[in-house]
Amino acid sequence: MIKVLKAGFYASIQDKGRVGFSTEGVPISGAMDGYSADIANAVINNSLDAAVLEITFGATELKFLTATAIAISGANFNPTINKKPIRQNSRIEVEKGDILFFGKPNYGVRSYLAVKGGFQTLKILGSRSQFINITDNFKIEPGDILELNTDETKLKSSNSSIKIPKTHFTLKEITCYEGPEFYMLTSLEKEKLFKTTFTISSDNNRMGYRLKENLKNNLPTILTAGVLPGTVQLTPFGNLIVLMRDCQVTGGYPRILQLTESSLDRIAQKTTNQKIRFRTLKGLS
Amino acid sequence: MDKRITYKPFGNKAILIEWSAVINTAILYDILDFKLKIEHQKEIEFYDLVVGYNSLTIKLKRPFNDFKVIVKYLEFINTSTVNIVKKDNFLWEIPVCYDPTFGIDLEDIALRKKTTIDNIITLHIKKTYTVFFIGFLPGFLYLGGLDECLFVNRKPTPRLNVDKGAVAIGGKQTGIYPINSPGGWNIIGKTPISFFNAKADKPCFVSAGDQIKFKPISIDEFALLEIEVEENLYQISKTLLE
Repeated sequence: MIKVLKAGFYASIQDKGRVGFSTEGVPISGAMDGYSADIANAVINNSLDAAVLEITFGATELKFLTATAIAISGANFNPTINKKPIRQNSRIEVEKGDILFFGKPNYGVRSYLAVKGGFQTLKILGSRSQFINITDNFKIEPGDILELNTDETKLKSSNSSIKIPKTHFTLKEITCYEGPEFYMLTSLEKEKLFKTTFTISSDNNRMGYRLKENLKNNLPTILTAGVLPGTVQLTPFGNLIVLMRDCQVTGGYPRILQLTESSLDRIAQKTTNQKIRFRTLKGLS
Repeated sequence: MDKRITYKPFGNKAILIEWSAVINTAILYDILDFKLKIEHQKEIEFYDLVVGYNSLTIKLKRPFNDFKVIVKYLEFINTSTVNIVKKDNFLWEIPVCYDPTFGIDLEDIALRKKTTIDNIITLHIKKTYTVFFIGFLPGFLYLGGLDECLFVNRKPTPRLNVDKGAVAIGGKQTGIYPINSPGGWNIIGKTPISFFNAKADKPCFVSAGDQIKFKPISIDEFALLEIEVEENLYQISKTLLE
């Protein structure tokens, strides 16, 4: 078990998400940067479906009430165990009573903590991903006890460690497919869409990222239809909204772009005032 | 090939099937038919199907290689005439208390529409509404069939918190807030019925293609029903649709 001493800015349990309930309006959720979550799990030989803790901007402090093995991937918040710095993307053995702390951001926005066997919090509708009105809490709170898999009596001690390309955190380019309503844009609007460097506004969270620069347009709204994590919506006021993992299942704004999975993972490591540029992969039809 | 339908790639892991951009029940039943056929085939592996007013989005488990091939296959299953047992659809009777305690915007609508509160309630309960799909929030029903006399614009500034169960009108639509949430619709009443329960096997008891009718109840009945719902004693009245 792990006891949450400090929850930090925003930390939540996430796995691959909640699928199969779109027709009842249930968002998918899941790790914002699936790539980093996978790495954290892979380093300690977990199944990639294992639930991890997604820590946004650090300031989270956890106490291990049982010994286990962990791995941290994604953003770097200068993690320490009992105040001693630890490596990321490596398997780390922790003892009962150890205190893990995520401090000041070094790079990235979301860090992933995997524990041997995965977090064993309550599964609701097939997933442990925390989401408002679905799970009891939508993020971890001080005092929470997070259950671990205690079956793992003998821990394999391997020294696996993975090197992560820095571009995952630095690359400005966001690759996308043309969205279903892309064709409605004029050639001038299309040109502007790919030539503008966009800035992420402070209105960014697990549901969506609103961009600062506008794209004037005369697109009509559409009849409410399915949207996906990674869909870029264009509002009549010219706002661009990149939908993220907790997004609604349907929407009424034109869907002009669809991010690739890896771009969706990369944008999840960006925050307010950081810049992005859209690069298109042609439609696939 | 069915000429009323178009297929579009939606990224490389989803397919958007679209019908003409109008809201009507004929299209809804076409969509639900196609959805059922997709659910009964094994070739295309998907993890979710999302119904919209005139669309069906297939979320695939794996990226597709050749879009044209997958479309050919979808056209084939859509035109196939295999007999699949249709899912049952129901008409649900939803008790609503239109007392001004809950119907906080009734007076305002009456003023704007130059009519009486009683008339608004009469028009609202007279109609049978079709559930087109569920979206926006878990358990939020997109209902069609609102009387034109009740079309009212959304409030210029949304309320920060609308109660779970609030029955409201926004533009040409009426709906029920399934959970506490911010909202800009005009509130005309409240139902004690829960439209979303994450702990249930089927978190929302209503499905696309079902119908809804509202039944007026007094504030005393509301208080009683609220307890019955809480204690899981309340049976929502339903009729099987042919």
